Amino acid sequence: MVVQSASASAALDDGVVLDVRGLKTYFYTRQGLLKAVDDVSFAVRKGETLAIVGESGCGKSITALSLIRLVPTPPGRIVGGAVSLAGTDLLRLDEKAMRGVRGNDISMIFQEPMTSLNPVMTIGRQIGEALILHQGLTRAAALARAVEMLQLVRIPEPEQRARDYPHQLSGGMRQRAMIAMALACNPKVLIADEPTTALDVTIQAQILDLIVDLQRQLGTAVILITHDLGVVAETAQRVIVMYAGRKVEEAPASELFARPLHPYTSGLMASIPRLDLIRGHVEAGRLQEIPGMVPALTDLPTGCAFAPRCQFAVDRCHADYPPYEEKRPGRWAACWRSDELYGAAHA
Amino acid sequence: MPEAAAKPVLEVSGLKKHFPVRKGLLRRTVGHVFAVDGVSFSIGEGETLGLVGESGCGKTTVGRAVLRLVEPTDGSIRLDGADITGLRKAELRPHRRKMQIIFQDPFSSLNPRMSAGDIVAEPLGVHRVARGKALRDEVAALFERVGLRRAQMDAYPHQFSGGQRQRIGIARALALNPKLIIGDEPVSALDVSIQAQVINLLMDLQRERRLSYLFISHNLAVVEHISHRIAVMYLGRIVEHTDKKTLFTNPLHPYTEALLSAVPVPDPAIKRKKLVVQGDVPSPVRPPPGCHFHTRCPYAVDRCRIDSPALREVVPGHHVACHLR
Repeated sequence: MVVQSASASAALDDGVVLDVRGLKTYFYTRQGLLKAVDDVSFAVRKGETLAIVGESGCGKSITALSLIRLVPTPPGRIVGGAVSLAGTDLLRLDEKAMRGVRGNDISMIFQEPMTSLNPVMTIGRQIGEALILHQGLTRAAALARAVEMLQLVRIPEPEQRARDYPHQLSGGMRQRAMIAMALACNPKVLIADEPTTALDVTIQAQILDLIVDLQRQLGTAVILITHDLGVVAETAQRVIVMYAGRKVEEAPASELFARPLHPYTSGLMASIPRLDLIRGHVEAGRLQEIPGMVPALTDLPTGCAFAPRCQFAVDRCHADYPPYEEKRPGRWAACWRSDELYGAAHA
Repeated sequence: MPEAAAKPVLEVSGLKKHFPVRKGLLRRTVGHVFAVDGVSFSIGEGETLGLVGESGCGKTTVGRAVLRLVEPTDGSIRLDGADITGLRKAELRPHRRKMQIIFQDPFSSLNPRMSAGDIVAEPLGVHRVARGKALRDEVAALFERVGLRRAQMDAYPHQFSGGQRQRIGIARALALNPKLIIGDEPVSALDVSIQAQVINLLMDLQRERRLSYLFISHNLAVVEHISHRIAVMYLGRIVEHTDKKTLFTNPLHPYTEALLSAVPVPDPAIKRKKLVVQGDVPSPVRPPPGCHFHTRCPYAVDRCRIDSPALREVVPGHHVACHLR
């Protein structure tokens, strides 16, 4: 086992609200053992947006679900690690105590607001529910607060909308209502799992603006799960890149985009068509492909999971999994050839 | 860059598709969804026209109406010089060979009970192009061309990944050697690393076979990459139509401007002034009067609320439907 004692966030400076250490979530299936999340560590600070990016099956959503202990069990199980929220390890809480945390200290918004809203309950009552449960508000007070929350997420005519059912709202409005619900109890951490993926691009821009604005107002730490590097670049301060259940790179957003230190990150960036290039009159040539496909988690190669698709892979990459280490201050990557390919740390 | 030259492969003019909205016990028609409301364009040989817009703008319906998978309410469709608008099923069949479609979801568009080889062979059988060993060889050649192995012909769709399934869909579309392929969000369901593989494959095939594409997508960056010309749709109408370079460097319609500025740029070093339009796309059952976009347009004046702007050629080759240009 490779030593992964600390992560980029190891410098436990103040402001860390959620600290995740060595998280392991495995699925026990008929096809065998799936290490969906394999030794993942990170920390999020107050008011910060941390993005977790990767392609389908990389473990980003299961990581998010593990944090609030909503991994479908069986077949899934959190088998190791710690998730500390203000000194309490959430993985050690009993279910009753955990219910007091979900929606109160940590809340989550999902990709498809229609499936995560209750279709037979008005929007106002759904937002108020958490306030009644967690903060002991009366129904009338909860409803009044729900209307305030709808106003906060800039839904026009909030009093009327609070009386509406989810199907009466558009997709963008539903996602706003979800955000209102998630923020109603003023949580320390908001997990947003592909919050704009189901939305049209003009609506996506509105929702991203809203999340960033509210975060500034309320100081919430946001964990943004996404596959869209554009969304990451516009919202996140720090980025974690996952591949086949593990972290392969972590860096401040500006540095990651300027110079990735892992061939997978670099390949991802080169494979997306970019609008800003044509504006700079760069003629679009062939897109750079990452050959092959993401390996099945039941059948991971022995060495680096990315090696079979990596154009720089050498024998060592196929034999041993590279250590996840700090390549330069604040920049972590798991690659044997990172220094050689992207330059070693200066100073 | 190929222009829509002398003889376009596809010519669509004044295309309309209105779906009736039925209600009540007697299923009386109480209104219409104006899904496509007067759309015209043409595509030349070896050319890609990108059709972009947000959900509900009618772009998918345009694709289906061109293939006559939905019956157009009005307008005409000429494929390779022949008017196919009024043709009956049997008359349409020889023309169908010339146009094929690739769908978004490679999971639901392949028959799970047929082997991949049979799926690709089916159109060749239906049109009696080949049989027996010749058919199998033809299918094998198609498999290899789209980057699948011959040995995979006997596997079933569930044994393939999303990207590979999309390759099967492409092989099936290529089987009859069509002139026109309509791609309805063909890469939207794929992971980014796989998306690049499929886009490159489509562009290579176009070069080899002089294929024409109608490429329908909501993803502007993908459309920009693959298209020669682009038409932007909003609520059933084309609001802007020009070559891609002009569209991306000098968009004239406020909606195009808003769309472009809403696309997140994967580079934190680029700080842009964004035009974030407010509100939602109105319902196509009751589209707003005048310019459909006036309810969200930051520049709208009184005239926009009354008069519907026609699509005009404001600069040679650059068509815009806006009173202010």
